[in-house]
Amino acid sequence: MLAIALFALPLLLAALAAVVRDDVRPRLVPLAGVAHLALTGTALYVGDVAAFDGWLELDALGQLVLLVISVLFFACSIYVPSYLRLRRDRPNRLFCVALLVSLGMMTLMAESQHLGLMWVALEASTLACAPLLYFNRHARSLEATWKYIVIGAVGIALALLGSFFLAYSALSAGKDTSLLFGDLVHQAPQLAKPWVHAAFVLLFVGYGTKIGLAPMHSWKPDAYGEAPAVVGALLAGGVTACAFLALVRFVDIAGAAGDGKFAHDLMIRIGLVSMAIGGVFMARQRDVKRMLAYSSVEHMGILVLGVGIGGLALYGAMLHLVANALTKGVMFLSAGNLQRAYGSKSTEILRGAIRRTPVSASLLLAGFFAVTASPPFAMFLSEFTIVRGTIASGHYAIAAIFLFLAFVVFVGMGATTITIVQGKPPDDLPPLKYRDTFATVFPPMLLLVALVALGLYVPAPLDRMLHAAADLLGAR
Amino acid sequence: MMMSSLVDPLVLAVLVVNFMLLGTSRIGAAIGGSALQGVMLGLLTVAVHGTLDARPVVVAVLAILLKAGLIPAMLRRALRDAAIRREVEPLISYMSSLVLGALATAAALGFASSLPLAKEHAGSLLVAGSIATVLTGFIILTTRRKAITQVVGYLVLENGIFVMGLTLHQAMPMLVELGVLLDLLVAIFVIGIVIHHISREFSSLDVTELDKLRD
Repeated sequence: MLAIALFALPLLLAALAAVVRDDVRPRLVPLAGVAHLALTGTALYVGDVAAFDGWLELDALGQLVLLVISVLFFACSIYVPSYLRLRRDRPNRLFCVALLVSLGMMTLMAESQHLGLMWVALEASTLACAPLLYFNRHARSLEATWKYIVIGAVGIALALLGSFFLAYSALSAGKDTSLLFGDLVHQAPQLAKPWVHAAFVLLFVGYGTKIGLAPMHSWKPDAYGEAPAVVGALLAGGVTACAFLALVRFVDIAGAAGDGKFAHDLMIRIGLVSMAIGGVFMARQRDVKRMLAYSSVEHMGILVLGVGIGGLALYGAMLHLVANALTKGVMFLSAGNLQRAYGSKSTEILRGAIRRTPVSASLLLAGFFAVTASPPFAMFLSEFTIVRGTIASGHYAIAAIFLFLAFVVFVGMGATTITIVQGKPPDDLPPLKYRDTFATVFPPMLLLVALVALGLYVPAPLDRMLHAAADLLGAR
Repeated sequence: MMMSSLVDPLVLAVLVVNFMLLGTSRIGAAIGGSALQGVMLGLLTVAVHGTLDARPVVVAVLAILLKAGLIPAMLRRALRDAAIRREVEPLISYMSSLVLGALATAAALGFASSLPLAKEHAGSLLVAGSIATVLTGFIILTTRRKAITQVVGYLVLENGIFVMGLTLHQAMPMLVELGVLLDLLVAIFVIGIVIHHISREFSSLDVTELDKLRD
């Protein structure tokens, strides 16, 4: 029951949002956020959540991704009504409906144990995000939406082909084909290796496109740059977490099939490339949201690198998944506030924000320290663990490159962020129409508090969940 | 057993349409070609199953309705509304498209024969045809200038994946097959809306206009 309620509730509220009055509608989003968080809490507490003959089942990885989605969506959902109040010029029906549908589909994705169902859910959440990107209805957002849809659809089509290849590997080995992850892992040693190999390449390219790993990231800066801040936060923290979940499930199968070394080496390489591309393009970025998009490319690189290294780094990667969602929430929401205050997201104009919107500017600055893994924020702990795992497994050169790239990112992003916060504001700024209010600064502040708390102390239940998720991946 | 002997001829027909799509200069013909492929895929679904049971028939009918009816109709409408020149305008010549297509088909045949096929597909063209069609879709998608022709490329790519899905007909639950078809429909629907907005915003469907976002 619970497994169905988790994804059905947002969908029901989406249907309701389609028919209610314009001024009531934005309030349904926080309602969904609270209800979803409560259901997620119950599901994690109960532990054993399953439905439809094992098609839906929350294992440790699914629980973790579900928690990430639910917390991030909750913070974003309480931001939405104030955002929509500032954008009364735009109709909000499609926006609210699409937001709720994507929550439902991300939840379904986190729960699904069936290769086909998971694909359908991820594709549906991709499509549901398209109207969110096009919320501003201008030429630039149109271009971003087109690239997002076409590149995303092709990526996800390749992932489907890869899934079919994987299923065929059982058929060609003369086995019964099952598309349930548990069965596939169980059968993996008998699967036909060449097909598993080909399948993994397609799945890596396909889901890697969705995660936004370099060099498949070209849609990301455009999409995150033009999307409303709250959508950027959900894409960077939630949708990427879902696609990451899909990818690691296949890494698990490849590992069980004896193709683990290839998969892990590929992840380490692509992880480093993503960190490098993210770092280089962040350095001289003149658009604050595009900068955040490249930061997302970098952090997705760190995530897959952590999984590629394995061992201790797996725990780090799991914690990083949580920390990434929280920091992206802080940064996108505070950057969105600044964009409102200046009527621009260009760093030529966005300067001296500490005087214009002191709270949002401080949040952005704190978010910068959080995203570059400074203590006491959670990312310090997660990246530190990944580096320790890298050194412990004897990959000294990779650890050195990792630290160097993290330094490059710190310097590049730092220069931009400090100008935004402390620089000299341009003289001809339009009069201030936006002011920081409780509703617009509370959500990022909440996430920031969570980041500090996690950096200082990982609560025992979460720690158990992170260990269980890491063990699930590290078993092979 | 009559019906399963139709599998290879149908796959060959799909491959022939691939080349027609690579060589045609009219957008209308490209849309028609993808619709024709849709009909063939429907027939292929029944032929692969080898029986006229409810499940293959339902999937086949739905595939034909979507791929040969609804989606081409949406694309034709977008084409009419946009009132653009009805030429494909590829970024490379038709001859090079065809040569690339031939190379892709040869590569697909080589790839399929190098992998261990299940014994029921030994000597069958299903796997090779699927990969060749996916690659053809990829070529069309990347070398055409107009948004609508790119969508045709995406459809051809999806058609190739559909053929691969047919090899798994025992394993694949109908729910998933229908989910895939539904997602395809919604994808094309969303893309159709985006195309509509592109043509209004830029008065053209030339995706090379979409180059304002860069670093």
